[in-house]
Amino acid sequence: MNAGKRYNAKAWWLVLPVVLVVAFNAVIPLMTVVNYSVQDTFGNNQFFWVGLEWFDEVLHSERFAAALGRQVLFTTLVLVIEIPLGLIIALGLPTRGWRASAYMMLLALPLLIPWNVVGTIWQIFGRIDIGLAGALINAVGIDYNYTQNPFDAWVTVIAMDVWHWTSLVALLCYAGLRSIPNAYYQAAEIDGASRWAVFRFVQLPRLRQVLVIAFLLRFMDSFMIYTEPFVVTGGGPGNATTFLSIDLVKLAIGQFDLGQAAAMSLVYFLIVLVVCWLFYTATSLRETHVETRAEGGR
Amino acid sequence: MAQIDIRQLSHTYQDEAYAGDDFALRELDLSWQDGGAYALLGPSGCGKSTLLRVISGLLRPTSGQVLFDGQDVTHRTARERHVAEVFQFPVVYETMSVFDNLAFPLLNRGMSKAAAAERVAEVAELLDLGGALRRKSSSLDAAARQLVSLGRGLVRTDVNAILFDEPLTVVDPQDKWILRTRLKQLHRTFGLTMVYVTHDQTEALTFAETVMVMRDGRILQSGTPAELFNRPAHKFVGQFVGSPGMNFIPCESGDDGIEIHGQALPLHIPRHRETHAGPCELGIRPEHLHLSRSTEGLAAKLLTVEETSRRKLAYLDLAGTSICVSLPQDEEIPADGHHVMFDSQHALIYSDERLLESAR
Repeated sequence: MNAGKRYNAKAWWLVLPVVLVVAFNAVIPLMTVVNYSVQDTFGNNQFFWVGLEWFDEVLHSERFAAALGRQVLFTTLVLVIEIPLGLIIALGLPTRGWRASAYMMLLALPLLIPWNVVGTIWQIFGRIDIGLAGALINAVGIDYNYTQNPFDAWVTVIAMDVWHWTSLVALLCYAGLRSIPNAYYQAAEIDGASRWAVFRFVQLPRLRQVLVIAFLLRFMDSFMIYTEPFVVTGGGPGNATTFLSIDLVKLAIGQFDLGQAAAMSLVYFLIVLVVCWLFYTATSLRETHVETRAEGGR
Repeated sequence: MAQIDIRQLSHTYQDEAYAGDDFALRELDLSWQDGGAYALLGPSGCGKSTLLRVISGLLRPTSGQVLFDGQDVTHRTARERHVAEVFQFPVVYETMSVFDNLAFPLLNRGMSKAAAAERVAEVAELLDLGGALRRKSSSLDAAARQLVSLGRGLVRTDVNAILFDEPLTVVDPQDKWILRTRLKQLHRTFGLTMVYVTHDQTEALTFAETVMVMRDGRILQSGTPAELFNRPAHKFVGQFVGSPGMNFIPCESGDDGIEIHGQALPLHIPRHRETHAGPCELGIRPEHLHLSRSTEGLAAKLLTVEETSRRKLAYLDLAGTSICVSLPQDEEIPADGHHVMFDSQHALIYSDERLLESAR
């Protein structure tokens, strides 16, 4: 089949820059982590081979399981709140005029704030002595203290993430909605469709791609969250808000267990990768399935 | 089903409009009979789509009235108006099957599932979509999608009119013929009022019984395809309808007929009832001009010859005006000494871009 084509190695030169960049910013650092994960040290820069012991320890550690459990719960709550809320906000936004630009700016604001500043804002906001929210909640008679009560800490951290990131989902959905041709709405009006039917059969199908992207971005980001909860709660009270990355930093820098931390980060990395891959494959598979059926039907 | 009347209809997309140019529609009046097939023909931006939106109820006009069977429906929504529209880009509900698409407008209006299924089967049969009912509508090609979107109008028994907004734009050329013929058949079968908006004269002239040529928010002429071709009421209609368009040659009215650039024309055009001061133009179709070597006609200089599938088109310079002559494929074009002859019975006189009715 390729008899007429000569093998040409020049193409590799075109790929080389990308290979180099990826090697230096991803592959080589990752390999050092892999290197640590199979060795142990007693200090003095002396390392010895331990094989997969660290992985075995991480996978059987209750501490890791607990952090993973908190992480999964956090990410699930974030997704369950932010995706529908973002969608609802996008549906309610005005389509044109100065109001549309004003809302865009307001929505973009939280996205522009550095993460540790977001943490600081909420840390102060929730304080019971000088924080607007913390003091107010206590003033109306609800006992709230995120430094003492694990539930309050969770509420604060979730509220912060929702405040910080729902805008992203809303803006993505808004862009998706704007790309729907007007004729669809007009046809739906002529067909006598209810508001719900318009959402269900016109808007939702056309937002699918955008929602997949929003879901992936929010999954990855919330699963790897570190800065904001670290600033607000520092993982406490106790270990109540110690998510995977906070635990990882405690392990690597607090306890200096480099081998175990390296094994844990690899497991962590694999979890994110596999979930994203599974989700993406599942959604794109469905599409190709639909398309193949379509082609076959002709 | 209904007769549609438009009275003094104006529309502007601007918040404040004073000059005529600010209006997309300017004081339109028209009347469409129940069951007729009409076409709105005009260039982009002439207001034809705006007019369609106003009739379907998707757009409130700035002023004027829309009447269905004498009832004022100007302020009714599209849902209450009982019209269907087929859009330029095919609209199907992609996640639904063809069947669900067709049943959608019926179920939205509260029809029972069984009754809807029966009606859908009936209409699908007429549209030749019977075999595709179970298929997902996203799998259809453009022509089939347009049929589905037309079908959503046809299933409804309460529909007064079906409006088409350049429905063949994204349909493949070979499918256009089929779809156009299908539309004509359906028009006869259902006896619905159909209004077809297009900038393609072939589509307009083959589909409609009455064609309205629009420009700048006004209807310049309304008539049968033959009327538009043979007696364009406006210079623009002459140029827009026909391929190539009508020739317009500046002329003056002399004592005994018409003079072009001081040369008296050896053809007899009766005197005109109206006296007119402005400059006149003689309008004649390329099909009604001939080339000769005799000195009988007007001398002209040959510029180019264009071959088309059926006719030869010769472009000539006639005293500074470029004209087109359409010749049979086999006619030899002489090398020099060209003279243009006129079929006098087909020549029309225009003044101020409008046709002057002769006293004949």
